[in-house]
Amino acid sequence: MILIPCPHCGERNVSEFQYVGEALTRPNPDGVDPEQWRSYLYLRSNPAGPTVESWFHRAGCRRYLKVERDTVTNEVTSVTLPGRGGPQP
Amino acid sequence: MKPVKNGARRMGRYSAFDLARHGVARNGWPRAWHNHDLRRAYDVVVVGGGVHGLATAYYLAARHGISNVAVLEKGYIGSGGSGRNTAIIRSNYLTPEGVRFYDRSLKLYESLSTELNFNVMFSQRGHLTLAHNDSSLRTMRWRAEVNKLEGIDSEVISTAQVKELVPYLDTSSEARYPVLGALYHPPGGIIRHDAVVWGYARAADSRGVHIHQNTEVLGIDVAGGAVRGVATSGGKVATPVVVNATAGWATLISDMAGVAMPITTSPLQAAVTEPVRPFLGPVIVSGSLHVYLSQTDRGELVFGSAVDPFPSYSMRGSLDFIESLAGHVLELMPSLAKMRVLRQWAGLCDMTPDYSPIMGQTPVEGFLVDVGWGTYGFKAGPVAGEAMAQLIAEGKTPELIAGFSLDRFMRGELLGEKGAAAVGH
Ligand SMILES: Cc1cc2nc3c(=O)[nH]c(=O)nc-3n(C[C@H](O)[C@H](O)[C@H](O)COP(=O)(O)OP(=O)(O)OC[C@H]3O[C@@H](n4cnc5c(N)ncnc54)[C@H](O)[C@@H]3O)c2cc1C
Ligand SMILES: [Zn+2]
Repeated sequence: MILIPCPHCGERNVSEFQYVGEALTRPNPDGVDPEQWRSYLYLRSNPAGPTVESWFHRAGCRRYLKVERDTVTNEVTSVTLPGRGGPQP
Repeated sequence: MKPVKNGARRMGRYSAFDLARHGVARNGWPRAWHNHDLRRAYDVVVVGGGVHGLATAYYLAARHGISNVAVLEKGYIGSGGSGRNTAIIRSNYLTPEGVRFYDRSLKLYESLSTELNFNVMFSQRGHLTLAHNDSSLRTMRWRAEVNKLEGIDSEVISTAQVKELVPYLDTSSEARYPVLGALYHPPGGIIRHDAVVWGYARAADSRGVHIHQNTEVLGIDVAGGAVRGVATSGGKVATPVVVNATAGWATLISDMAGVAMPITTSPLQAAVTEPVRPFLGPVIVSGSLHVYLSQTDRGELVFGSAVDPFPSYSMRGSLDFIESLAGHVLELMPSLAKMRVLRQWAGLCDMTPDYSPIMGQTPVEGFLVDVGWGTYGFKAGPVAGEAMAQLIAEGKTPELIAGFSLDRFMRGELLGEKGAAAVGH
């Protein structure tokens, strides 16, 4: 069972959460060229190892969270609130 | 298609006579393919010993006379998705590009046992996609029309016809998700996936292809915008052409060549029961219930579902999966309640944003991809191998795969197949 320690709700089963995606910085839609926009939409780093991503605590506090996880072991090493300037969901 | 001639280096040809002779003499079968030392240079290096990599190597040698080819596999051949899939073959997709492409593969599968001199046990028992609501019925009508235009045997049938084909299915109106009809695809079916892998390996080997198991690719040497070679756990190899056929690991190999990919890797799980007497004809898929099932020639029931809900390179099975799978299977066939699940497993799937594969050239000269096979790529092994071999031999992208190029994402020309591929692989 994979447990995610939510800063609001404590340790909860992964099935309560929804995976949102790799933590990416969205380019400003005004004044970005189509290629940059499509890179943001489609290209993914998809690493085998530690990564930073956004999750949503669907069946809990319903807040977006910044999760650091190892994609090979599924070990969750850090869960924090996405701060201003940090990766946004 | 012409049957292939018996290659000079083949380790004997399988035949009924051979089977009888070995049965009597009991002197064991010769190995089906050789082990070789790694050469310092190859004309083509294929990374990944799944059905895609092996088929590409086979067609290069068999159709184009290019046999100085190495298939590099970090584990054993078929250790990726090709040995873990639920072996469904069909061509009733949604986009005309998809339908044409997958149908060519189905045709190649129909004659593959003869072509490879290896029984791949293709069982065309029919394929049913159930509709539980109006919107899925609508998509199925759309699919059936696209299919018919492309000459595919595919039609929407009524609940009564479904019941006739699969008497054990709960088609009553009391079901939580009543069956309103189905998309029926008679040429679809299941195959012996290991036999396909071994058959391609043996036939490629007999034409001079080197299959190197336990040989991991660690880096790709790119200079002046072109591929020069690969670094492997067995040493360096020079080559002008590298084919990335590593499915779930595709991003890692493309990273080595500096080519960014629109792929995420997610596990897909499946499960199999103890064998029982044959009672189930067609393959059954229910998108609304996120489940599909078939009965193998040995009598086991094989179950599958959609990919795990988050990306991962871990191949561990989960309780969540088997719990929800069992619940949904029982909604379809309550009489299976006493069946025992023997095992469950997972394989890695290289998911693309549009549920279509990525084949062809990349910005790096000589670095080709045959990836993005997601949950549906086993059925495409023959056609993708054939097209990739043609691309390498002729230096030009075949028409059949032109729509699946990597640059479609940057052009914003996606090929949406999700409606036909998310659950029914
Ligand atoms: C449970 C499950 C059910 C499925 N059901 C179906 C189905 O019913 N129908 C269907 O059509 N498809 C199905 N699929 C999808 C199908 O299995 C895959 O799309 C297909 O097998 C991909 O084949 P491949 O040859 O591209 O890759 P794989 O068979 O995955 O082979 C890739 C190989 O690359 C090797 N490799 C990786 N990295 C390296 C490296 N660095 N160096 C050397 N080698 C490396 C791996 O070890 C692996 O053997 C299913 C998949 C799963 C997991
Ligand atoms: Zn929470």
